[in-house]
Amino acid sequence: MPPALLSASSITKSFEGVSALRHVSFELHAGEVHAIVGENGAGKSTLIKIMTGAEQPDAGRLTVAGRDVPHMTPALARARGIAAIYQQPSLFPDLSVAENVALTLETGGIWRRVRWSERRRRARALLEEVGSTVDPARLAGSLSMPEQQLVEIAKAVGADAKVVIMDEPTASLMDDEVERLFAVIRLLRAQGCGVVYISHRLEEVLAMSDRITVLRDGETVATHAKETLDRPALIQAMVGRTLKETKPRTPVATGDMALELRHLSNRELGLSDVSISVRRGEVLGIAGLVGSGRTELAETVFGLVPSDGGEVLVGGVPVRIGSPLEAIQLGIGYVPEDRRRHGVMLEMSIAENTSLASLGAVSSRGLIDRAAERRLAESHVERLRIKAPSVSTDVGALSGGNQQKVALARWLSIEPGILMLDEPTQGVDVGAKAEIHALIHELAERGLAIVMISSDLPEVLSMSDRIAVMHAGTVSGVLDRSEATQDRIMALALERPAG
Amino acid sequence: MRSGHTREIAVAGAIVVLALVMAAVAPGYFSPANLRDLFLANLPVLLVAIGMTLVIVAGEIDISVGSVFAICAVVAGVLAKAGMPVWLAGAAACLLGALFGSINGALVAYAGIPSIVVTLATMVALRDGLRWTTEGAWVQDLPRAFQWLGLTQAEYPFVAASLTAVLTIVFAWGLRHVAAGRAVYATGSNPDAARLAGLDTAAVKCAVFAIVGTLTGLAAVLNAVRFNQIPSNAGIGLEMKVIAAVVVGGASVAGGRGGVPGTVLGVLLLAAIGPALTFLGISAHWERAIQGAIILVAIAADGIRISAGGRARAHVKAAAA
Repeated sequence: MPPALLSASSITKSFEGVSALRHVSFELHAGEVHAIVGENGAGKSTLIKIMTGAEQPDAGRLTVAGRDVPHMTPALARARGIAAIYQQPSLFPDLSVAENVALTLETGGIWRRVRWSERRRRARALLEEVGSTVDPARLAGSLSMPEQQLVEIAKAVGADAKVVIMDEPTASLMDDEVERLFAVIRLLRAQGCGVVYISHRLEEVLAMSDRITVLRDGETVATHAKETLDRPALIQAMVGRTLKETKPRTPVATGDMALELRHLSNRELGLSDVSISVRRGEVLGIAGLVGSGRTELAETVFGLVPSDGGEVLVGGVPVRIGSPLEAIQLGIGYVPEDRRRHGVMLEMSIAENTSLASLGAVSSRGLIDRAAERRLAESHVERLRIKAPSVSTDVGALSGGNQQKVALARWLSIEPGILMLDEPTQGVDVGAKAEIHALIHELAERGLAIVMISSDLPEVLSMSDRIAVMHAGTVSGVLDRSEATQDRIMALALERPAG
Repeated sequence: MRSGHTREIAVAGAIVVLALVMAAVAPGYFSPANLRDLFLANLPVLLVAIGMTLVIVAGEIDISVGSVFAICAVVAGVLAKAGMPVWLAGAAACLLGALFGSINGALVAYAGIPSIVVTLATMVALRDGLRWTTEGAWVQDLPRAFQWLGLTQAEYPFVAASLTAVLTIVFAWGLRHVAAGRAVYATGSNPDAARLAGLDTAAVKCAVFAIVGTLTGLAAVLNAVRFNQIPSNAGIGLEMKVIAAVVVGGASVAGGRGGVPGTVLGVLLLAAIGPALTFLGISAHWERAIQGAIILVAIAADGIRISAGGRARAHVKAAAA
């Protein structure tokens, strides 16, 4: 048997002490389609980055066609015939298709003469090879998503790529476009290329691939031949870790209806017919894959992009929320995902960050009472156990977990009745995570209605009373805590829409 | 946003050093006549700089202030010549400034055009509009009641200084102690998060442009009454002087950082350097070069801080990936 086209053995990589990959091995042979599947954060993206030289592994070995590559770089990867095609094609939108192709394929000095007719002829030939009829003179930016993807594949073919890595290539494609892409993949396979295929769509994975490698929590679970797997077994392999011991929530008697959404839609954000409800004292977990509309749902409820259909009821009363200010006045708090971009002001102090959404409470006649502001911040620093020298410390100087707690403090300051948390423990260390979990439980016990969006399945399972699973901009199912399992959540999250 | 006052201390230190050098080398610098000139010429600069501080803290910039300054001065002069009381002519100039500022602000906040582009356009359009209307002619034969705001030459500095001082204190204090001031910092620091916190960031942006316009109108009047004619090319280069003073005073062009006290010191330092050169026998041509060097130093200090923050952010991004 010839050596593998691409082999990664025992790859280990961590970022800032957070382990992303541990002893992951992967092998790709000529003429095979090898799928990589796993939950969000399982390490798929990191593995691709290492195979294409975008990141350097901390330990492990990478070989291409049997030859060791101790220091992979993007240029070296390309020279050795490795091409990557991402979900979002990375063409230059203001250059023509022919120029885009030429940029990767043409060699020679920077002062060489450009032969335009040759460029166009070559681009056209490559596009034909992958079944595209796009005019090479068109600007890349004017092409549709699938057309751009075909140009990317044409580039890979033109570069004589032996290894083609496709990351979620079908995420933005329609069914017939998916079929066309599959035809191209079969063609590549027939020509002896190896294709690494990464997708959340398990049906496609099962239909297209010869072998499937499952990653979970940065480790290789197993590599299976497709014939030995079916969909339930694949889901089981993806989520089947033992639950980490987050203390399961003791259910509390839930109170009145706090927030109810009836057939809510938001065309701009791709939401349709979302119906969920959450009572006082209840934690509603929202699960789903990245891009399933979870954050968009929170943004709609919070009035950032107002809904365009359906009803929102707060405390049983129909309301119309047109801006974040109106949401705040209704007692809704929203701790967004990505705290550095949307959550905290890094140049402002803890006190100033804490009071920002409740300036009215610490002001009299429009003037901020600095002493009251400090007292407010100090009470939250103490209660949330924020580690900082004083409340005058700039938030930029705090650790990730403490910044997240400051973001939380801002919303607790408005004394909300409903608190929406988007990925509340993303990027915080284990200790802070446990503290934030305890705090969420405490808030629920005090009667807050909590909506918690999370990609972390064990977190969703241990924290929530009920779990709404989103898929493609709508709720594909709501599970009670007694009936929820990782497998059932994943099955709902991966559900393909009818038709 | 108040992690120490290193910048204010550094600028104040530079002013003290300059004063000591001048006291030793050219004591004539401290003659009452020179100081009075320096003082009166820079009160208007300070007023515009205070407005610019708000704009820059909100994460925007306004380079049209020089053109607004010229139009407001000319309009005030024309109205006064037509017989309007100087106070009313002055108020009209402020209103006109507010109007131009609001147009800038609306284009930035509601049309979403970058402020550098909007104010570059209004800078050129207003300047050429004025040139076309006046055909380059100066406003001359101003009524006696217009000169020194109708006050005596001895009274005027006191009134102008008091007015400027009151406004300086109001804005310095307001930025720190009024909720609206906090909204300016929050908008410049992180507009997305500010919007999520329920702040109307578009209104904030619109308001800071309206304020800088109003203050520019007032500055134009305080400057115009010092002379007996109003040139239609007034205020050329004012935007650079003002932005320089604000940046030297510690405001971050990235928004979210800065304050009125720093700006006052920045205006003082830049104002003191020009005449100092003359007294030291250095060609006045060096003035702008030296001002430029000071700005570069100030921005470099800022840039080092920003790129250090940028690196930290890049790490976080990598860890999240």
